[in-house]
Amino acid sequence: MTDFSRRAVVKGATALGAAGALTGPALLDWAKAWAQSAPWKPEKGAKLSMLRWKYFVQAEDDAFVKLIAAFTQATGVAVDISRESYEDVQPKASVAANTGTGPDLFWGLYSLPHLFPQKCLDVTDVADYLGKAHGGWVDSAVKYGKNGNKWIAIPICYSGALINYRIEASKKAGFSTFPTKTDEFLEYTKAMKAQGTPGGFALGHASGDGNTWVHWCLWAQGGQVVDKDDKVILNSPETVKALEYAKALYGNMIPGTASWNDASNNKAFLAKEIHWTNNGISIYVAAQNSAKDVAEDMNHTYFPIGPVGKPTELHLMYPILAMTYTKYPQACKSLIAFMLAADNFNPWIQSAKGYLTHCLNEYDKNPVWTADPKTTPYRDVAKRSLTAGGLGSVGEKAATAIADFVVLDMFANFATGREDAKGAIAIAERQLKRIYR
Amino acid sequence: MTDVVLKSRLDKRPIQEPTAWDRLMVNRNWLGLWFMVPAAIFLILFLAYPLGLGVWLSFTDAKIGRSGEFIGLENYEWLMDDSTFITSVFNTILYTTVASAIKFAVGLYLALLLNERLPFKAVLRAVVLIPFIVPTVLSAIAFWWIYDPQFSIISWSLKKMGWISTNIDFLGDVWNARWSVIFANIWRGVPFVAITLLAGLQTVSPSLYEAATIDGATPWQRFRFITYPLLTPIIAVVMTFSVLFTFTDFQLIWVMTRGGPVNATHLMATLSYQRAILAGSLGEGAAISTAMIPFLLGAILVSWFGLQRRKWQQGESND
Repeated sequence: MTDFSRRAVVKGATALGAAGALTGPALLDWAKAWAQSAPWKPEKGAKLSMLRWKYFVQAEDDAFVKLIAAFTQATGVAVDISRESYEDVQPKASVAANTGTGPDLFWGLYSLPHLFPQKCLDVTDVADYLGKAHGGWVDSAVKYGKNGNKWIAIPICYSGALINYRIEASKKAGFSTFPTKTDEFLEYTKAMKAQGTPGGFALGHASGDGNTWVHWCLWAQGGQVVDKDDKVILNSPETVKALEYAKALYGNMIPGTASWNDASNNKAFLAKEIHWTNNGISIYVAAQNSAKDVAEDMNHTYFPIGPVGKPTELHLMYPILAMTYTKYPQACKSLIAFMLAADNFNPWIQSAKGYLTHCLNEYDKNPVWTADPKTTPYRDVAKRSLTAGGLGSVGEKAATAIADFVVLDMFANFATGREDAKGAIAIAERQLKRIYR
Repeated sequence: MTDVVLKSRLDKRPIQEPTAWDRLMVNRNWLGLWFMVPAAIFLILFLAYPLGLGVWLSFTDAKIGRSGEFIGLENYEWLMDDSTFITSVFNTILYTTVASAIKFAVGLYLALLLNERLPFKAVLRAVVLIPFIVPTVLSAIAFWWIYDPQFSIISWSLKKMGWISTNIDFLGDVWNARWSVIFANIWRGVPFVAITLLAGLQTVSPSLYEAATIDGATPWQRFRFITYPLLTPIIAVVMTFSVLFTFTDFQLIWVMTRGGPVNATHLMATLSYQRAILAGSLGEGAAISTAMIPFLLGAILVSWFGLQRRKWQQGESND
């Protein structure tokens, strides 16, 4: 923690200088004008602290610090940013919600705000304002942001998890274009393994990579954790089919994926050990810096579509929420709105190099999505994403099921052969019934 | 007697019977009680209250962010049938027993070795402490790399030597993973045992060894009838601590496997964290933590009663 904040302070100071030098009074004027016209006037002497997930792409954080510095200059509200690995934001936010003290703003993962909806500041006005100004929210974002009729968080962005693959090796295996159907995909993994260029999906407790692919797999075959009334319907022939499909995939993966965490596939892909996996754009960004040949020879694409006939992807949503205990609710709202204003959001999302995807339709036009065609698939992540919980509600229960790795463990149990399909489903179903009671 | 004498001398003045309050004011025990109050408050506030709160939470369905309702033993009933929980209990016991036993054996061996006259004794003793000094998270990350399915240094070396053709799946296979994390724990825990036992060894008077040597005792006899009996109290303390630390271990597992593969290395502590903090089911997590108490209490009681007994302290049969 100390390290992060000290670092943040140093970086904040340099970025402040840089912002002044680079864009001069123009940015400040714009920021000031924005602060004048914005419907939220920060309280006098307001000071905010924010806990955000730790960046994956350095440039994104630099741009973010710059953006916050401009906000501080325009409104006089000092913002203290601290960073935590994205899965550690949730426990900290939970403790803060429980004890009623801590950072004012939390920027975390998935349905974080739905873990304690009554502790989140009502930000309906901010959401309406932003939606009107920027071409409307995508459907999945509305579902994540709202609790009943109230917006309890603002969906800032998605981090897309799509297929990463090596072009040459795939061609050699007989696939000049990446398979778009699950059956073809299975053939593809088999051919890739046969020629000694296997890939892999994480089956360890990887909150990001593990959960995204198993949910895709479950939904692609028509399996569902719950129905729209949150009734557990996991035990179905479709789920069995999904499990069997996953086991077949697992057989074609590189050994060791049962112990993979979120970082493992990045390491293995960059080291040319694996040739397909699911990930954000971070592998590509890292490869451009350190392994140019890998960057040249890789591409991204959507997850293949299963028998249900439509995309069934799950992407990581990063909503920001303000706690009800904050002393400066207006400043919080003002900061959130400022982050998503076009002149701020465009450069910021551009600096993320495709790692982050907007939830407001207007930003489809951002040049980051067309400058490098390899990033284009990530543009549509927010539109293609289903929400945590599938058909069911996106609340606390869905968040609990994901955080407790219920579906992931079910797949791992079956794929590694520790349980048969009936046993694996029964264990998960039992847990789900308790979570969804 | 005194009373009678006093009475006769002062019988003009009315005798006031001392009230209960007067008695209390001069009561040493009462005064003693007050002296104990600060310590008691300290203990209650920082030890008993959190513990009690944890136990109370385990009887509720509390979630993070809202207090729950009392549901009796429901959490425990649920856990009794929960295969993941049962696995975690098994893992914890296996982890603690195997790691503690080996830590003791290796630690004692190291301590005896370091107690000998060696060149560079001071340096060697400092070196032994290194695994203990390195922050747990750092050593866990180091082990995570050592055990990595693709980049393991062990797999790499064995492959280069031509002994194996594919990487060893250290953390991906159920039993491999269990032994791997146990090994990491042993590596980390041995210095504590070794150095503490070494400190104990230094308190043994050399004259005892001299006398034994003159009497013709073999090295084994000197260990068995001098070192071991005199070391017993230290051993009891060290092993209690070692067992407690191992039983409640969290960081190593969490960094290396997060309880995987398929929950094969979940300890009660890691499962409790996953359920309570990550998944938000405080009540259930608290129940898992509370379920650890009987085991820990057992470990403490064994050493507590052991320490009271002179047989343990002196290695003789007089209790």
